[in-house]
Amino acid sequence: MIAPMFQEAWHAMGANRLRSFLTMLGMMIGVAAVIMMLAIGQGAQFAVDQSIASMGSNLFIILSGSTTSGGIRMGMGAAPTLTTGDAEAIGELSSIAAVAPIAPGTAQIIYGSNNWSTMVAGTTPAYLEVRDWSVASGAPFSESDVRSATRVALLGKTVADNLFGDADPVGKTVRIKQSPFLVVGVLAAKGQSLDGRDQDDTVFIPVTAAQTRVFGTAFPGSVRFIVAQAASAAAMPAAERDMTQLLRQRHHLPERTDNDFDIRNLTALANAAAQTTRVMSIMLGAIASVSLLVGGIGIMNIMLVSVTERTREIGIRVAIGARQRDIRLQFLLEAIIISLIGCLVGVILGVGAALGANLAAGTPVVITGAAVLLAFVVAAGVGVFFGFYPANKAARLKPIEALRYQ
Amino acid sequence: MDAPLIRTERLCKEYDTAAGPVPVLRDVDLSIGRGEFVAIMGPSGSGKSTFMNILGCLDLPTSGSYILDGRDVSTLDSDALAALRNRVIGFVFQGYNLLPRATLVDNVGLPLLYRGVPKSERERRALELLEQVGLARYAHYVPNQISGGEQQRVAIARALANRPQLVLADEPTGNLDTQTSHEVMREVVRLNAEERITIVLVTHEPDIATYARRLVRFVDGRITHDGGVSAEVLETAPA
Repeated sequence: MIAPMFQEAWHAMGANRLRSFLTMLGMMIGVAAVIMMLAIGQGAQFAVDQSIASMGSNLFIILSGSTTSGGIRMGMGAAPTLTTGDAEAIGELSSIAAVAPIAPGTAQIIYGSNNWSTMVAGTTPAYLEVRDWSVASGAPFSESDVRSATRVALLGKTVADNLFGDADPVGKTVRIKQSPFLVVGVLAAKGQSLDGRDQDDTVFIPVTAAQTRVFGTAFPGSVRFIVAQAASAAAMPAAERDMTQLLRQRHHLPERTDNDFDIRNLTALANAAAQTTRVMSIMLGAIASVSLLVGGIGIMNIMLVSVTERTREIGIRVAIGARQRDIRLQFLLEAIIISLIGCLVGVILGVGAALGANLAAGTPVVITGAAVLLAFVVAAGVGVFFGFYPANKAARLKPIEALRYQ
Repeated sequence: MDAPLIRTERLCKEYDTAAGPVPVLRDVDLSIGRGEFVAIMGPSGSGKSTFMNILGCLDLPTSGSYILDGRDVSTLDSDALAALRNRVIGFVFQGYNLLPRATLVDNVGLPLLYRGVPKSERERRALELLEQVGLARYAHYVPNQISGGEQQRVAIARALANRPQLVLADEPTGNLDTQTSHEVMREVVRLNAEERITIVLVTHEPDIATYARRLVRFVDGRITHDGGVSAEVLETAPA
């Protein structure tokens, strides 16, 4: 019974090609919009997830406290309250997997006739572990380099490219603030951070070398901040508590005084960023869904016109023995055919447009089978839903009135 | 003798209008036996079309009973009525009422579609019926490619698709010229004579009514004459 009805519906649509096409167009645009928006939303989410992964997991950053100088309050990190000793002590905590102090500064780096201004950070080999960062060529400096404040440097990819071009920097000597440093390795590319900073535009040197030979400080052993990695995601609250307790003890802070340091949970920040993109992609999807709804209403509109136009035909069919369900099925099938074809073309358009946006503008897109299937199923459902009312209206027509209709 | 194919008892039909219910049929008692050929005449507004609609199960009476082929129609649901229209009754309308976009063979096969007959069987039977009315050569034309008389013969072929017991013809020659009218009526007579199909024909043309063997005249919703078709009867009242 279905197959001949299907043919009938197909013929009915063929009889009014332009109108059928325009109706489908609404559906096509709706589906294409949903697929494209989902692809772009998921692409953005994927990009954020990647930069979060590049940051390292379960991270804390501990900043030294603020200081007041002549009534002018300096920001966090200005007071030299954190030391390499603090970092070592934090490393002893059971809730902490790895820890690295950082003493950063900006310096001009010179190699031959090239020079480049970048961030030079004094740290320990553990930093690479915390950040889950590997060395592309050469080797990282060692703990003994840190102990003896050896003049060795690990270059970020951007720095290496700017100073050396295609040449291999390992084994060469660069000058940082006039001090010669031996390049022992080049780091693997890490890409952009969440805030768009180039993470590869950095040079790492032993923290001791930074303190004594490059930046110098009035407070021996002080560092600007410490990066610590909790043993696991579950251990993060405990790690924060342990570190607070430990640092207060080490800094001899009496009760009721404020901390002279600040512990920040980077994972929470990353989660917030991820949450933002997730909300954004839901919004995009929701906006696109509206066009799907409009497409569905278009189907209903056209089907209602079609039912009115074919009232007499319906009367004839009823007179020669069509049951209500036969008439309903006929019109429902038309709505289904229109929405299915619209959906199929919409899927092709949507995927094409998303790939086009990726090629033309470099927008990150992620097209998943699930998203395509979801758009398709929802759109087909919308078509059937909006086809049902007109189909029912057709089925309920009174035979004599339908036959008399001119 | 068998029970009559059609029996109506105290059949009434009222239409609701803004001014209140208007009676269209008043206590119509009529029996039509199997194989009869009945012409129904009457002036406009006499209720003859309403009576035909009720006979054709397209409309239900307000009160009274209508027994078709032993079944009380007023007790049937819409699916059962559809089945009666499909299998027991064949319709021929004044305006032919063919589907304009479907080919003749599809039009004739349409009642078979609603009976669930497979496509190849539908086409075979439709071609056979078109052959009977002499139009097989136009099988794959659409209705507006053939003349009015030919379209009406296609409609007759369609009415016969499910071998009905009753054919209801509502002004079948109303849109046709005299010569074509007689061609179409010869086809109707053949159904009655050869296939023993009961015919109920509504017309206002006396010379078309003479093809029937029994005449029923309606005036103001009542039967005023029921009997033979004679020249005097045809002339006594305006159509």
